[in-house]
Amino acid sequence: MTGNMHLGVEEPIRECQYNQICTHNSSTMDTPHTKKKKIKRKWQVFPGRNKFYCNGRIMMAKQTGVFYLTVVLILVTSGLFFAFDCPFLASNLTPAIPAIGGVLFIFVMGMLLRASFSDPGVLPRATPEEAADIERQIDTANGPSGPGYRPPPRTREVLINGQTVKLKYCFTCKIFRPPRASHCSLCDNCVERFDHHCPWVGNCVGRRNYRFFYLFILSLSLLTIFIFAFVITHVILRSNRTGFLSALKDSPASVLEVVVCFFSIWSIVGLSGFHTYLISSNQTTNEDIKGSWSSKRGKGNYNPYSYGNLITNCCAALCGPLPPSLIDRRGFVQPDTPQPVAQTNGTGACPSNQVQSHMAATNPLLHSQPIILGGGAPLQAKTSLGGPCSTLGPSQASLPSSIPGLSCGGELMALRDSEIHCHHHLHHQHFISPEETPSPPTALPCATHLGHHVHPAQLFNPASQDSLHEDSVRGLVKLSSV
Amino acid sequence: MATEFHNLQELRHSASLATKVFIQRDYSDGTICKFQTKFPAELDSRIERSLFEETVKTLNCCYAEAEKIGGQSYLEGCLACATAYIVFLCMETRYEKILKKISMYIQEQNEKIYAPRGLLLTDPIERGMRVIEISIFEDSGSTSSSSTGSPSSGTAQ
Repeated sequence: MTGNMHLGVEEPIRECQYNQICTHNSSTMDTPHTKKKKIKRKWQVFPGRNKFYCNGRIMMAKQTGVFYLTVVLILVTSGLFFAFDCPFLASNLTPAIPAIGGVLFIFVMGMLLRASFSDPGVLPRATPEEAADIERQIDTANGPSGPGYRPPPRTREVLINGQTVKLKYCFTCKIFRPPRASHCSLCDNCVERFDHHCPWVGNCVGRRNYRFFYLFILSLSLLTIFIFAFVITHVILRSNRTGFLSALKDSPASVLEVVVCFFSIWSIVGLSGFHTYLISSNQTTNEDIKGSWSSKRGKGNYNPYSYGNLITNCCAALCGPLPPSLIDRRGFVQPDTPQPVAQTNGTGACPSNQVQSHMAATNPLLHSQPIILGGGAPLQAKTSLGGPCSTLGPSQASLPSSIPGLSCGGELMALRDSEIHCHHHLHHQHFISPEETPSPPTALPCATHLGHHVHPAQLFNPASQDSLHEDSVRGLVKLSSV
Repeated sequence: MATEFHNLQELRHSASLATKVFIQRDYSDGTICKFQTKFPAELDSRIERSLFEETVKTLNCCYAEAEKIGGQSYLEGCLACATAYIVFLCMETRYEKILKKISMYIQEQNEKIYAPRGLLLTDPIERGMRVIEISIFEDSGSTSSSSTGSPSSGTAQ
């Protein structure tokens, strides 16, 4: 009886549970359907190697470790300045010092975040119909290929302002790149007016964020000089009263600030000067490194984009109209619109792999750049803090041999390659865990990694595999032509 | 007969898409946005050359206006810099205003000129400013009148 009663008691409970399970099942069955109907935003299906936050409002490169280092350095140094030096300076000299410092600091952070979070001018990839149309045009331009006929490389020539400019075909994006555009192998995007990829800012620097980048380095130079000067003033004033050693004991933070500022000033001020020169001559870092418009190339070689006037060049770069983003990352994916060509270069044939590994071997700089970004940072911090951004400016258009470690940062990286590799693994672990474990919504409010198409395997893949494809194909063309 | 294409959406769905023609960018003036005015051969039987050139030239003018470096753009740039670019949260840039104007113009052109001829212009901004995409439809023998209703310039909303 009790057993029956027991059963009787259990059955309704079981029934309830069954009902609950039933509804749970039906809801899980519904979700695939609802997921199919759920419209995605364009950033979630973005083919490039970017990270998006805040539902597509923020766009950054994949490797952002160095960016966080930049933010921490600026915050800590400024924080120490405001906490330890400003009270003394405000009371003994003038309260305008912390006021000006505050304004400078806010401006620096504002420009940094703007440069890091905005779309640098990414060109969306071609739709399948466009790609097919271009292929057809290239085939008709090449003409019938007979035996021993060497197809010309995929370039188009255009006359701009009297200079012949070659437009190159991007194999990844399936478009002919506009003049001054370049393909960033780290972000795997073609970027308009590509300047360089800056790991300190955690993003490419291109048409849409160059002015923010320039204002950032300019204001950061001013801030660094400002802090350096006033910390020294503070220590001197204190030592006049109490002696040098006790002055240092009273404000130990000043020593750290002076050290950080001293090392930063050289690189940041130098970089500001370099970019001022680039702006005044209307060149990009990419063009300057390659010497595209240098007079050494030929007598009639000049920059066709320059307005001829220094002031006009500066105004155009800094105050010119700001074009909107072309990738519309927060827009909704239309179910009937053709999706841009996905990366089909992943499954390389054997020859391309060989060529690619050969290229990777001959140019460790290009291959290990993603590694450097993560693991090189702690090493770089010891040597030069304001590492020149112009080093990591790989553009797919340039041959690997012409991507030099021209500035000292690059050489440091090449030398410490083996050490960096070890650091990479450590840092790599750090990167994998947050990406693989789903982050709870409360922990990181903005870190929705839905659009994160990184497969763990790809992280170990030569990150520039797809972007090396173009070089490898070019290599194949050269090999086949022999 | 005239009701066969009520709006541009129906044009896309009921008529069959034959082919697409792409008008490429013209870089002879530098990096400014400008499209080639060369008349594509596929449109030969569909539309008069002058109408097509008129459309492309107007678009080129609008884009040149948007990218013009002059008094107004300097003013906007300096104001934006002075307010740390916060001002763009409240107002839209001159470029964006002109892009909206262009979008309206393309819609109007589609309504009046292109849809009756079985063609459809796609706003270049939707193709990353790389091309002007002209879709050619094979309408099944009906002389469709100009479309009415609320055309959405080629994209579903």
